[in-house]
Amino acid sequence: MLTILFDGIAYGMLLFVLAVGLAVTLGLMNFINLAHGAFAMAGGYLTVFAMQKLGVPFLLCLPLAFLVVGAAGALLERTLYRPMYGKSHLDQVLFSIGLAFMAVAAVDYFVGSSQQNIHLPEWLRGRTELGDGALLLGMGHYRIFIIAVCTLLTVVLQLILSKTRFGSRLRAAVDDPRVAAGLGINVNVVFLLTFAVGSGLAGLGGALGAEILGLDPTFPLKYMIYFLIVVSVGGTSSITGPLLAALLLGIADVAGKYFIPKMGAFTVYLLMILILMWRPQGLFTRKGGK
Amino acid sequence: MDFRQPLLEKARWRPWEYALWVVAFALPLLVPSHALMINEIAIVALFAMSLDLILGYTGIVSLGHAAFFGFGAYTAALFAKHVMPDPTIGLVVAIALSAALGAVASVTILRGSDLTRLMVTLGTALLLLELANKLDWLTGGADGLQGVVMGPVLGVFDFDLFGRTAAWYSLSVLLLLFLLMRRLVHSPFGATLKAIRDNRLRAMAIGIPVVSRLAVIYTVAAAVAGGAGALLAQTTGFASLDVLAFDRSADVVLMLVIGGVGWLYGGIAGAIVFKLLQDTLSTVTPQYWMFWIGLILVLLVLVGRDRLLKPWTWFGARKAVKP
Repeated sequence: MLTILFDGIAYGMLLFVLAVGLAVTLGLMNFINLAHGAFAMAGGYLTVFAMQKLGVPFLLCLPLAFLVVGAAGALLERTLYRPMYGKSHLDQVLFSIGLAFMAVAAVDYFVGSSQQNIHLPEWLRGRTELGDGALLLGMGHYRIFIIAVCTLLTVVLQLILSKTRFGSRLRAAVDDPRVAAGLGINVNVVFLLTFAVGSGLAGLGGALGAEILGLDPTFPLKYMIYFLIVVSVGGTSSITGPLLAALLLGIADVAGKYFIPKMGAFTVYLLMILILMWRPQGLFTRKGGK
Repeated sequence: MDFRQPLLEKARWRPWEYALWVVAFALPLLVPSHALMINEIAIVALFAMSLDLILGYTGIVSLGHAAFFGFGAYTAALFAKHVMPDPTIGLVVAIALSAALGAVASVTILRGSDLTRLMVTLGTALLLLELANKLDWLTGGADGLQGVVMGPVLGVFDFDLFGRTAAWYSLSVLLLLFLLMRRLVHSPFGATLKAIRDNRLRAMAIGIPVVSRLAVIYTVAAAVAGGAGALLAQTTGFASLDVLAFDRSADVVLMLVIGGVGWLYGGIAGAIVFKLLQDTLSTVTPQYWMFWIGLILVLLVLVGRDRLLKPWTWFGARKAVKP
């Protein structure tokens, strides 16, 4: 029981790190970015190559994935994404799905369609068990590591958002970009930075999650729906919403696959549709939000 | 006084439309070797037109329209396998059941933003995909539903190996449903749909029952998409999981966008261009077809998709739109 809960939390935390960038993009610029998974995939592949070809240690790969993918995100934002902000949602969906398709085919071309593995260092491979019987808690060390990293990231993100000047600018821009621009906040720069950090986090999440989620060229399409669930169920007005939604999704998915394996992902999709019918703007949105 | 004249003028049949359909029906005779291709194009054109009803005319962004296509395909295949092999009755049953599914699913798209709609339509398609995958005693799971044997169309015309009967059968159904849809979008009902697309709040303010209009058009679109799926299952004698896959929903949106939204012939034009492109590109690079499709999408949006069909706007500065 507790093991499932634990695995679910680890999975949920991972999903949160992967999807938080998407939540900000959507909340800030009202931009539906279906290519978000491509950044995560880039992070994953980067880690695999840095480790296998260059022999970079795993711990060093994580910040590397964050930085490189973040820089790539900034570049893409400046060149390709910016003209899209004013367009209709249909255009945005078409555009970003086109990018995702291109990423999938390009990775397939350059790397091949086989599943990639990450060789974890020895100290992350073990498993600790506590208690016994129904309360048995089996914790894979790697999952403990993921939870620790993601918790740290969440706390840091929350602090940046609530305590720093940049955070208050960002929140202002999310609430109303036009008024924020009128107050002298350079919304474009705020957004460029946020997009870079968001895609960097996706890259980091991809690097962390390659072991658990698997890594092959179809990654962006396979997990697109999960990121979108996190964002649409959690709402885009805060980061606690997506966090709770990601944890909920992670636990529901792991528990669903464990208890009713026949149904597979069925439970998750059904839950999402029901939740969205009940609260179309997401579960954790403030009243009177957009 | 005669305000109806220009309105009726718009809905009138043009000479080129007659010519188009005559050519379409003559094609299986002229190029018999491509009859299978023509059949496929007719089916996806029907599918794209059904999406146009909700995307182009009503403004609902759907990424899960394959749900109804696949449902129709499985219904027709199962009906032929277990109940009776007559294609016409199977088609009617598939359309009726898809309409029922559409009516149920229409509840999900009434509220929320574009993102919410995107999610629930996508979720519906994935839900059905997951169901079709898991109910393998009924649908054959990942292996697909095999052993579907169709009877002759109307009891007279057998399906042949070269697909000529199939092509004419699909073209006839396409024409029939096209006539119905054309009538629908040019009717006052169709006008209210466009009003909802342009401004939902104002449409509501002038007394258009937005919720029921959305539910009705979603049901109709689902029925037509189900019909297209049924045609595919009947003419190929096979239904597999890919009729429900996400790629199919994305492809049909792309087709519609290439041909132009809010215009029924857009579905047909897009289907022709898309299928020919797919045919050419996948013979060149079979595995990386997805890359090209992605590139087309990105370029299409960056250039502006309304300019694609107007070559005279390709060069020169974009002029300001007259107020």
